[in-house]
Amino acid sequence: MPENASHIPETVERFLDSTLESVDSAEELAVGMAQRAGMHEDDLMKIGMAIRESVVNAVVHGNRYNAHKKVRFAVASDGQRFIVRIGDEGEGFDFNSIPDPLAPENLLRTSGRGIFLIRSFMDDFQMRRLESGGTEVTLVKNLVSK
Amino acid sequence: MSVKLTTRQVGDVTVIDVAGRITLGEGSSTLRDALRDLVSKGQKKILLNLGEVSYIDSSGIGELVSGFTTVTNSGGALKLLNLNKRVKDLLQITKLYTVFDVHEDEAGAIRSFA
Repeated sequence: MPENASHIPETVERFLDSTLESVDSAEELAVGMAQRAGMHEDDLMKIGMAIRESVVNAVVHGNRYNAHKKVRFAVASDGQRFIVRIGDEGEGFDFNSIPDPLAPENLLRTSGRGIFLIRSFMDDFQMRRLESGGTEVTLVKNLVSK
Repeated sequence: MSVKLTTRQVGDVTVIDVAGRITLGEGSSTLRDALRDLVSKGQKKILLNLGEVSYIDSSGIGELVSGFTTVTNSGGALKLLNLNKRVKDLLQITKLYTVFDVHEDEAGAIRSFA
């Protein structure tokens, strides 16, 4: 971790519009926090991309750009872990229905790589169905090596 | 900055210099439209120079795959040039690196279409 890293816990919560502009602002906000927490350049790229893919899923597949629906975006950094929660107000989906993008028959599909990339870039990734019906994903990146 | 495409002709190969971000929205649709336009005009040899691409997301990767399929199905070939580390890493973890014909040298890439 860089010497100038901040060990001060930081928590942010936003309710974002269901637009692609929200994707950029969420990525920018979280990467800024990750930078202050001492993440290295390579991890900043991975966190940024994982958040981008997650918010795109919430906006596009969850809320379907519905102007009346919000994306809950919460980021917490406690000096040990960087935790991001993204929740939508969509109708949810079957988590087991996601095809494996690395299967030979799926390699030339033009979509379906987002969740695979999130899993690849984060230390932990969980999805859950919210009681309200939407989907919440939790992304975790460890700030210190275990 | 979104994506900026500059198209030039080198012999019978169309080179598209791509700069900026290939992400969901304007970036990926711009690339899609450009490739479909070339294919509709009968261009069959297309080299995508990604050297100035600063960012690509899963939608952008999807557009590369879509372009590859569109050009291949028309009897042509779409090849990639000058991948930076980020794009190369993404294509490797998605197992697409071996799907595409990837080059680091433009002259060599042009010759490979012959």
